[in-house]
Amino acid sequence: MEQPVELASEIKIGPVIDPGLSLAAVSDKISSIVLKRKTTLGWMVGVFIGFILLQGLLTGLTWLLMKGVGVWGLNIPVGWGFAIINFVWWIGIGHAGTLISAILLLLNQSWRNAINRFAEAMTIFAVMCAGIFPIFHTGRPWLAYWLFPYPNTMSMWPQFRSPLLWDVFAVSTYFTISAVFWFIGLVPDFATLRDSAKHRWQAVIYGFLSLGWRGSARHWQRYEKASLLLAGLATPLVVSVHTVVSFDFAVSIVPGWHTTIFPPYFVAGAIYSGFAMVLTLMIPVRSIYSLEGVITMRHINNMAKVTLATGLIVGYGYTMEAFFGWYSANKYEQFMIWNRMTGPYAPFYWALIFCNIITPQFLWSKKIRTNLMAIWIISLIVNVGMWLERFVIVVTSLHRDFLPSSWSMYWPTIWDWAMYIGTIGLFTVLIFLFIRALPMITIFELRMLLPGAKVKEPVAQ
Amino acid sequence: MSEHSENLNPGPLHAGTSLPNVAPGGLINIQTVTAKSIQAAMEKAKGPNYWRSLDELAATEGFQEVLHREFPRQASEWVDDEGRRNFLKLMGASLALAGLTGCTRQPTEYVLPYVNTPENLIPGKPMFYATAFPVQGVANPVLVEAHDFRPTKVEGNPEHPASLGSADVPTQASILGLYDPDRCQTVSYITEPRTYGSFLTVFKGILEKQAVKGGAGIRILTETVTSPTLYSQLQAVLKQYPGAKWYQWDPTGHGRRTGGFQAFGQYVNTVYKFDQAEIILSVDSNFLGNGPGGVRYAKDFAAKRKLHNGKMEMSRFYAVETTPTSTNAKADHRLAVKPSQVAPFVRALAAAVSGGSASGDFASNKFFTVLVKDLLAAKGKSVVIAGEDQSPEVHALVHYVNQALGNLGKSVIITESLEQKPTDQMADLKSLVQELNAGQVDLLMILGGNPVYNAPADWNLRGAVQLAKMRVRLGLYEDETSEVCQWVIPETHPYEAWTDVPAFDGTMTIAQPLIAPLYGGKSAHDLLTAFQEQAQKPAYDVIKANWQAKKGGADFETWWNHVVHDGFIKDSALPAKNPTAKLVPAAASAASSGIEVVFHSDPYILDGRYSNNGWLQELPRPISRLMWDNAVVMSEKTAKELGVKDEDKVEVSVNGQTVTGAAWRLAGHPDGVISLALGYGREKAGRAGNGAGINAYRLRMSSAPYFATGAGVKKVGGVFKLAAAQHHFQMEGRNPVHVGSLEEYKKNPKFSDEQGELPGKGMTVLPDTWHYEGYAWGMAIDLNSCTGCNACVVACQSENNIAVVGKEQAINGREMHWIRIDRYYKGEADNPETYFEPVGCVHCENAPCEVVCPVAATEHDQEGLNNMVYNRCVGTRYCSNNCPYKVRRFNFLLYTDWETESLKLQRNPDVSVRSRGVMEKCTYCVQRINYAKITAEKQERRVQDGEIVTACQATCPSDAIAFGDLNDPKSKVSQWKREKLSFGLLAELNTRPRTTHLAEVRNHHPELGGVKES
Repeated sequence: MEQPVELASEIKIGPVIDPGLSLAAVSDKISSIVLKRKTTLGWMVGVFIGFILLQGLLTGLTWLLMKGVGVWGLNIPVGWGFAIINFVWWIGIGHAGTLISAILLLLNQSWRNAINRFAEAMTIFAVMCAGIFPIFHTGRPWLAYWLFPYPNTMSMWPQFRSPLLWDVFAVSTYFTISAVFWFIGLVPDFATLRDSAKHRWQAVIYGFLSLGWRGSARHWQRYEKASLLLAGLATPLVVSVHTVVSFDFAVSIVPGWHTTIFPPYFVAGAIYSGFAMVLTLMIPVRSIYSLEGVITMRHINNMAKVTLATGLIVGYGYTMEAFFGWYSANKYEQFMIWNRMTGPYAPFYWALIFCNIITPQFLWSKKIRTNLMAIWIISLIVNVGMWLERFVIVVTSLHRDFLPSSWSMYWPTIWDWAMYIGTIGLFTVLIFLFIRALPMITIFELRMLLPGAKVKEPVAQ
Repeated sequence: MSEHSENLNPGPLHAGTSLPNVAPGGLINIQTVTAKSIQAAMEKAKGPNYWRSLDELAATEGFQEVLHREFPRQASEWVDDEGRRNFLKLMGASLALAGLTGCTRQPTEYVLPYVNTPENLIPGKPMFYATAFPVQGVANPVLVEAHDFRPTKVEGNPEHPASLGSADVPTQASILGLYDPDRCQTVSYITEPRTYGSFLTVFKGILEKQAVKGGAGIRILTETVTSPTLYSQLQAVLKQYPGAKWYQWDPTGHGRRTGGFQAFGQYVNTVYKFDQAEIILSVDSNFLGNGPGGVRYAKDFAAKRKLHNGKMEMSRFYAVETTPTSTNAKADHRLAVKPSQVAPFVRALAAAVSGGSASGDFASNKFFTVLVKDLLAAKGKSVVIAGEDQSPEVHALVHYVNQALGNLGKSVIITESLEQKPTDQMADLKSLVQELNAGQVDLLMILGGNPVYNAPADWNLRGAVQLAKMRVRLGLYEDETSEVCQWVIPETHPYEAWTDVPAFDGTMTIAQPLIAPLYGGKSAHDLLTAFQEQAQKPAYDVIKANWQAKKGGADFETWWNHVVHDGFIKDSALPAKNPTAKLVPAAASAASSGIEVVFHSDPYILDGRYSNNGWLQELPRPISRLMWDNAVVMSEKTAKELGVKDEDKVEVSVNGQTVTGAAWRLAGHPDGVISLALGYGREKAGRAGNGAGINAYRLRMSSAPYFATGAGVKKVGGVFKLAAAQHHFQMEGRNPVHVGSLEEYKKNPKFSDEQGELPGKGMTVLPDTWHYEGYAWGMAIDLNSCTGCNACVVACQSENNIAVVGKEQAINGREMHWIRIDRYYKGEADNPETYFEPVGCVHCENAPCEVVCPVAATEHDQEGLNNMVYNRCVGTRYCSNNCPYKVRRFNFLLYTDWETESLKLQRNPDVSVRSRGVMEKCTYCVQRINYAKITAEKQERRVQDGEIVTACQATCPSDAIAFGDLNDPKSKVSQWKREKLSFGLLAELNTRPRTTHLAEVRNHHPELGGVKES
């Protein structure tokens, strides 16, 4: 059979889709996961584990609301801890989805089609997990809505100079655009599910969600236009959201936070962790649901390459941070970087260097890039490393700032962990529900990838 | 009434308590009582004179609450079986109590506004009353601020020579002691609540029996008595019952008293004139701390060391000490010695300054030779002062040294003792113990103090006291001593009672009550009137009559009114005397072997008397920065030898006794010595003091009350967490404190500028936004004057309703103090120089906190204040992260006590009480600023300089703080800011702090020099 894609040198890695699949086979393969397959024991166990972890979040939130943020390990000087670390971590993870769905769409990278739905879902769930933290980390979460500029009897605007306020706008916009983009992309597939539904209730629900999609040429024409527009809107968000998140730190005067390298370095870090998370999730899902034909080694290989590239940018960021710490000739900056490397939290710093600089270097080897187990382990290490990066930035900068008299330590409590693990539980549950109830791969886009679909013209405009 | 309480069957009421167990010898073991507050509440409700004031009305509400809340409070104990049983018992009790309140006739209540407004009462405007807070018999003269007759805040009495407007730490915290919910609240007999009337009946019966034998079985044990009225009352009792005996006991101050006697052959009081002193030598003395006269001494000392208005001279201060104290941290030269070396040092000094030649280890010590040279060059213009915890020998020698230096009558004034009957209290207590053990005591009255807790351990006072047949105890708390007494009578707090008491120089100070006794307490004056045949006289009458007898004259009433109004009798300081000191022979002392253990009073809770005061417990100790516990304090080297780190559990064995506590290393501490603060390890102090730290009294024997030798110290494994307010003490080359020597200052008065850097003009793109048309408030803090005493911290806590967070939270670095005293070291760990630096919110012109708050809860105002709007704060803590000074404090949990009724009375009605989840910080006492502004506006004038005094500034004993209008070039604060020593903390960040500091200058002797940066 012919190879549908151009890069001949990559033939050993395989095509973006198994060329043996037919149009009907693709539809059936994906929709059957939702419609035909029985709920497996494995799925039940997975949801159950996620659900148990989720209880950590619920218990943690209840206790937090009863007692106050003092149940966490925060103190003066370390006023931000796990909540902000987890917030940045989750938001960063979300970035891969937007990058895949928006930027790669605009760049006409057809290999994205098999993974974009899943990555977008991951984005939305990650932003949901992230959003919990900034609201509940406030001392009086019931008043957190004061951060929104709304007409009120107090005649008060929020304080527009604060990066936290920009965060509110950035993150809420991000969530909205991601959710809309995701839903629009689902509409044609809802129609496919509606049409092949076995039960009346499925047909009704999917039919309702498909917004009356009939697949007419006019529908397709509008759909393509809307997708492009949304992709255009979402593209700047890939850059802006994490840039604004980095402003939370960069705008302050705390040594270790106050640095101009943060915006690009945060964006790269976000994409880095996002791709790592997609790999972490995709590799098992692909084999459990036998999707090797649609999520091919080529996808894995490409994602590994993006991980390597962004990992190098992140590594450059760390190097520059250390260099400027020294080059600034500022005693506070110099101390900050020295304290990171040799202070009480040094093990965290060196673990971060290992996870984020050393580990991705293995991805230079094609052998490793094609070894699923190796990539999966590397992706896990990168996820841990990116969490450590936020820990190092937030905690080591605050715990020893300007006046030695206020230096102190921060250690998380059981409630810090409960909230963190709880959001992992929430994420897991949502991912499992998503796999069960929605087509995790864009059916119609995959069909376009098939050789048979290429009758008239290339996919993109 | 008493039948009711008997019907109640108090036995099962007391959780875990058995009924008094009467042993064959008549020995009664009384065990812990836990459910006493219920009974206390019941007792209160029955008093016939209950409705004496509005404040007590509030207490009644509290009582009703006790009844209504019984159920939910106890329900929380359901989990364990024991708790459930108690709950059932208590529920039964509350039903009975509910019945009781039904039986008792309730007083008629008339809720009416004032028909005749009390004289001078302007609602919302506080009134100040002069009174005194006596500590160990020495008056701390104060003005107490009262809002609607409710005392809320203590200030020093500006007229009084012992205060001049300032107050020390225990005095500032005394207002919390008044409202302490754990105070003894009811008269009781073997833990059963009784009335005072029933006590008097029983007491009369005992007295009748005693009258037959001339009172031979009566013993009265008091603290040191300095009150002339109390003394005359005691004298009257002793006259009436010639066989009775009166003893005095205070666990500290013994060396000073006896040492004076040894030197002069008579008991004396010593007053030091630090304003006359060119050279000062502290022999392990904490004279700037909280001892007698500490406030006045700090004022005089600091005045002599302020380098303002081009002054270039200051006194030179040498210190010889064992346990580092805040006072000796100010020393220009300091020598750390073992406790056993203090007496030899002073003896060598005595020899050297009296023309002889010094012998021994110190003769060749450079510190010693330079010191002698300096002292001899300043004859008559120096002060040598021995510490409260030093032995009689050291005190006697120091008197001799002062005499040899010609200081007596000049810089050191000897007067008659302040005590009415000075006596060797060790001998006093020993006689009492012997008589108790011999079974000679029928009636033992313990008025105040806490001897069972703080008597020498080898006398077993706890056991001995229980051999007295009837034991009557007057106490502020139901403490260790009350536990072994049958009759327990609540004592009045000093702000609830009349008394007369001298200040450190003998100035007679009259203490008037601010509020009717909250819990129906009695003062010692009241209790002694019980000896009289005739009807009880109020203490007021007794005191007034006593003074009438002394003063007499037709104009007595006018004079008396003046005295009560002013709080003291003008020019009543004791006259100087001219006794001659003799050189005492060396006391026999065991050869020093092994590790020495030194016992010293805690700087705040003193001998343990204030251990239930949360403000004091949570106040970081000036040097160790520890809160809530004492520790086994040792030097770095000793710790290394013992193989221990901070917080490791160690066992200290000495004199056959053992205590276990947490180790804590302290720079500047002598090697081979363990320091133990007294006053901790209380078992019956109350909720704040119970279980805090280790009880050093258990190691303190009558033979060695100052220090013990030959101690065994070993690591026992495990860790005991200590709460420290500061973990890092080096300056890390950042110069948070600018410091130089006097020589350096003379050469280059602007040396301070070189220790910091300012951002150059044009370095910032920020526009100079703020212009101040009216006032521009600012503060300056003189580090050279600051003695690190922490009085400002407590004053701020009292003024601004700052919550106590407790040890667990403090360990986590969440204490709420708006101002803190940072402590830094320079030099080597074995003998560093120590610097203090008070830091509150510095109200930056370019405040980093303001720009990052997303809800505009912290904002600049038109007078330059950085305001914190609690109601708007959502608690992101971003402001605190971005504050380079880390002075913002966050209510991580609900720290304010909204439940305890009595604590609500203490709060300042002009300051918001903060709840959970909001940020708070120093406001420059904005309520005081606005009060002054309103007053000035009404009078159509500007606020004058000195009209606004912040709480920290008001109480500062060393006048280290100036506050005022920066727009007024003549204001004190503007002048201070123009001083060449002025510097802005972290000014290099371009925050432009409004609170600036004045650099510290040390007057090093050229031959000794200063320390080098390690």
